[in-house]
Amino acid sequence: MLEKAIYGGRRYWVWIFFLLGLISVGFLAYLYQFKNGLGVTGMSRDVSWGLYIGQFTFLVGVAASGVMVVLPYYLHDYKKFGRLTILGEFLAIAAVIMCMLFIFVDLGQPLRVLNVILHPTFNSVMFYDMIVLSGYLFLNLLIGWTVLGAERKEVAPPKWVKPLIILSIAWAPSIHTVTAFLYAGIPGRHFWLTAILAARFLASAFAGGPALLIILALIVRKYTKFDPGKEAIQSLGKIVTYCMLINVFFLGLELFTAFYSQIPGHMYSFIYLYAGLHGYSQLVPIMWVSSILAAVAVFMLVFPQIRKNESLLAIACIATFFSLWIDKGFGLVVGGFVPNPFERITEYWPTIPEALITLAVWAIGFLVLTILYKIAVSIKEEVVFDKYGERQIKAE
Amino acid sequence: MSVNRRDFLKIVSMSTILSIGGVASVSSLKDQVEASQISKSPAALTAKRWAMVVDMSKFTSEADYQRCIDACHRAHNVPHITDNPKHEVKWMWTETYEHAFPGNEDAYRAEKFQHMPFLMLCNHCENPPCVRVCPTQATFKRKSDGIVMMDMHRCIGCRFCMAGCPYGARSFNFKNPRPFIDESKENPEFPTRMKGVVEKCTLCYERLAKGLQPACVEVSNGALIFGDIEDPNSAVRKVLSERFTIRRKPELGTGPSVYYII
Repeated sequence: MLEKAIYGGRRYWVWIFFLLGLISVGFLAYLYQFKNGLGVTGMSRDVSWGLYIGQFTFLVGVAASGVMVVLPYYLHDYKKFGRLTILGEFLAIAAVIMCMLFIFVDLGQPLRVLNVILHPTFNSVMFYDMIVLSGYLFLNLLIGWTVLGAERKEVAPPKWVKPLIILSIAWAPSIHTVTAFLYAGIPGRHFWLTAILAARFLASAFAGGPALLIILALIVRKYTKFDPGKEAIQSLGKIVTYCMLINVFFLGLELFTAFYSQIPGHMYSFIYLYAGLHGYSQLVPIMWVSSILAAVAVFMLVFPQIRKNESLLAIACIATFFSLWIDKGFGLVVGGFVPNPFERITEYWPTIPEALITLAVWAIGFLVLTILYKIAVSIKEEVVFDKYGERQIKAE
Repeated sequence: MSVNRRDFLKIVSMSTILSIGGVASVSSLKDQVEASQISKSPAALTAKRWAMVVDMSKFTSEADYQRCIDACHRAHNVPHITDNPKHEVKWMWTETYEHAFPGNEDAYRAEKFQHMPFLMLCNHCENPPCVRVCPTQATFKRKSDGIVMMDMHRCIGCRFCMAGCPYGARSFNFKNPRPFIDESKENPEFPTRMKGVVEKCTLCYERLAKGLQPACVEVSNGALIFGDIEDPNSAVRKVLSERFTIRRKPELGTGPSVYYII
């Protein structure tokens, strides 16, 4: 099926070479980091994790969110998601690959990465994170490829794939729960030490991931003959709405506990992020951008009249995605380190090499996604030709 | 040379059996070899669990702190990074009371205590979070004496331990540390580090093995009291039973082994 990826129009190749260009620039930046050490980033003794780990955390959520289309389709027999499942699974693959790369570029001694397998440590959450992430990657590759291959031959997928699909549905929340446990079990970091962190992670993931999937589905429909389905997109829009509301609610719970209890350690990170602390306020503008985007997204999503208009839904999804990207991909990690264990403040902002490397990892993710989507869409175009896919739904 | 199928299978099965046996015998040998390599010197100082008491009343001038810090940093080739405070590496340093014991501030406390510098180092916790989170056991609690050790050759530089430590005791080599070590003061007996690994105080395990007190204790003129906290007759236990002492963030359940007398 891979051969489908080497036939494409002019627009396809321009996009591919654009991504390859970003990757090359980022690769050079990585060589620079590899030679000089992580000192080329904005990280410090006090803020020892930054953009890389933030992006990793955010993307684990995107990967996990594939379950939001797979579950209704396979467990509730919701046929309308039939064409979205492959897009969800392939998005998960691209997201997990990005997660792994973000961990890799964050390592001080990347050549020793296999020590994690050579010296397996069962008390470290990072060990479990490695297992669940690679397992999830494997499951999605196997399931996505097999189901798509069967569809291409217009036969039913083999029977053994169904138990694996059920397993992958149970597996998806585990990857984000384990990722939350990286943070939520650390004593002395009040911002992260909250039992609701994993739940918050899942809520934001199930809002942000499907929001991205809606945008991708709209792009696929615009540029190809394959239509993931109007109703499917609307159903996904409802999922984004509910999960975004739950996410905002969970954030509210955190704020209540911190500010009603008035325990300084619990309030400091929030004050730093949203108002600035002791004159340090570098993150305040972007955190407010995130909050305003969230408010706009919630407003647009809760009214069905607005949500049912696909262009407005797209705007709401973009707002949701970027709001969560700032909140989780940046604020969450940096906020946990400010103030430091001495209640002193060191601020963090990524450097240019760090930004270029981050951009390159995203470009690799999009390259993988483009190739996988190209294959999926080419096959779907052959199988389902009509614009709204009535043929496929009837056939099922 | 041609090998028929039958011979090939014979060779494969024999070599499989041999290699499994080989691995088993090597791994049983490995323990013995390791044990003989690190057999203790008879002069070595030993304890069930090392602890330290910092007697703040004996630190009267800036020089008293600096002497301990310099002894530590010189003994362990700790780089002196001044061009960017974000990349600082320190095993021992000072923090004022309000920062060393956050949450215990009191606006009406006597001025001299408010800003009194306290000597900071790794607490060698009884229940260390850094060890719990490390994915490679590069940082580990030594079974024999409770020292929280650091294997800088195994560390992958993920910095999970730095997030895990509630005492800010860990430093990461954001760049090659070697140019920041004064060659004239370098200790050739202790390894220097490379970029990309985490380091911290290891309670001078290398000096204890030779029967010497930790470098900071040696030069402290009695301000640092060091000993086995599980030995009721040790110097630390004697001080702890007589004087009022405090520890940093004991409420986190880490069981810090560094005590302070104010």
